[in-house]
Amino acid sequence: MKIAVCVKAVPDSATGRRIDPASGRLDRAGDLAVSDFDLHPVEEALRLRDAAGEGEVVVLSLGPAGAADAIRKTLAMGADRSVLISDDAFAGADLVTTAHALAGALGREEADLVLFGQQSADGDGACLWAAVAEVLQRPAISQVAELSVDAGSVTGRRQTEYGYERIRAPLPAVVAVSDAINEPRYPSLKGIMGAKSKPQETLGSADVGGVQAAQTTVIALSAPPERGDRRRLEDGSSAPEGIVEFLVERRLL
Amino acid sequence: MKTLVFLEHHDGAVTKPSLALLSRAARLGGETCGVIAGSGLKEAAASAGAFGGSVIFAADDERLAAPLPQPRVDVLAGLVRDEGFDTVLFAQSVLASDIAAGLALRLGAGLNWDLADIEEDGETLIGKRPALADSVWVDVGWTATPRLGLFRTGSFDPAETGGSAEVRDVTVTLEPHSQLAELVEPATVDEQAGPSIEEADVVVAGGRGLGGPEGFALVESLAEALGGAVAATRAVVDAGWYPYSAQVGQTGKTVSPKLYVAVGISGAIQHKVGMQSSGTIVAINKDPNAPIFDYADLGVVGDLNEIVPRLAELVRQRRDA
Repeated sequence: MKIAVCVKAVPDSATGRRIDPASGRLDRAGDLAVSDFDLHPVEEALRLRDAAGEGEVVVLSLGPAGAADAIRKTLAMGADRSVLISDDAFAGADLVTTAHALAGALGREEADLVLFGQQSADGDGACLWAAVAEVLQRPAISQVAELSVDAGSVTGRRQTEYGYERIRAPLPAVVAVSDAINEPRYPSLKGIMGAKSKPQETLGSADVGGVQAAQTTVIALSAPPERGDRRRLEDGSSAPEGIVEFLVERRLL
Repeated sequence: MKTLVFLEHHDGAVTKPSLALLSRAARLGGETCGVIAGSGLKEAAASAGAFGGSVIFAADDERLAAPLPQPRVDVLAGLVRDEGFDTVLFAQSVLASDIAAGLALRLGAGLNWDLADIEEDGETLIGKRPALADSVWVDVGWTATPRLGLFRTGSFDPAETGGSAEVRDVTVTLEPHSQLAELVEPATVDEQAGPSIEEADVVVAGGRGLGGPEGFALVESLAEALGGAVAATRAVVDAGWYPYSAQVGQTGKTVSPKLYVAVGISGAIQHKVGMQSSGTIVAINKDPNAPIFDYADLGVVGDLNEIVPRLAELVRQRRDA
């Protein structure tokens, strides 16, 4: 079975994320790392491949050229190869742009199963899989916390606003997994060394059928509404007393 | 402007966030309509009219009985095409997000998500979107019509206008790829006894930082001391550490206690929408960069395994004194 995993390289959360006021876009100039949410589908793909004893896991991403270094982590985890769609023409991509670009690259792969993480770590989007599935005209299951694959079909157990349900779809299919599905492995030293010789392909816009113009825009940025005064306790040893004091002050104790 | 609002329903009733969005949309200029898609939903369709809108389109079809997104994309795409809607709005949910994204690609239309409000600007609309853990508000727009928008849970309250909409039947035509997925086990909830988190004045909630199901003993002990109820995040409920009935957030319950204590919770937006209207929020987390500190009234950076037991003890001493 061939599994494609779509991941996003996002600005490292430790070094902070900011929107460039000039472009209204997220500043992606600093260090990038594969979104934590997207390590779960990578892990799931590796487990499915290894349980089957055959198959290929290819990691796909749309992002700046610098994303290739970040994506190497997924190869170190065990993915077989990666494809990065990178072109300045994709700057300011929205859902329509991104879904068409990924679908273009996925069209070259003909994977049996396409996996996504549950949401983007920086843009708060949680719907890209449904957009890609629509372009590819494939069934989609989102927020899957338990995944099983058998002859020709995939079944996902997932949580919605109304409890847990189970959905089945024939392959080829698109599935987005929740971060509860597994604990992603840390790359081993051997994996890290081995990743350097794994194929990392880069595609331009022409390779994926061009650039679909973004249909949404950023008009302006502003400061959020203030929410009272916030306080912070940094010293763990005196924190319990500090919390009690605060609760008493607020008449909550 | 001609606006269509997707009305999600469950157990025969339109959901509160959908009705709230319908009443908000009805205050925009132009015509506002609703669409409901399912099987056996005539009553739900008729009742929605009281919250605004001139027409409620009802797609009532056996093939829409399961709450799956792709057949609903077909229904909405047909309506946009036949009725000329230039704006389609959704109250964010697992189902609605998938429908909105599928519809965006079907129509080649722009979708803005996580909106907290919307404003008219001449002939067009501006969406108000909190971003980057709500540290900045972004005004977002659409370059063309139709304009698609997903609204954050809790953005509006339903307001009955006293009106009554005409319910109009929709002929359902489905695409082959929209009928491939099937619901094999409908949603079930394991309710458990204990104080309801929706009624409690104090809620103590635990997240992934507890390290495992056994960590909930700490949360339960603190909740007992404070006379509160125990809640959990989606991540730990999905991992099987605590029952779904205690879950707070986008796919769980919405709570607004006087005091909300978040223990080992990083504070993703899905969690925030379920508890942001709490009176006072106290967060205990070892990661100083956790997003929850951006909206906690008191942020405590430290080891919950040391802080929580001592805090419970101090609260008990005070209570028993």
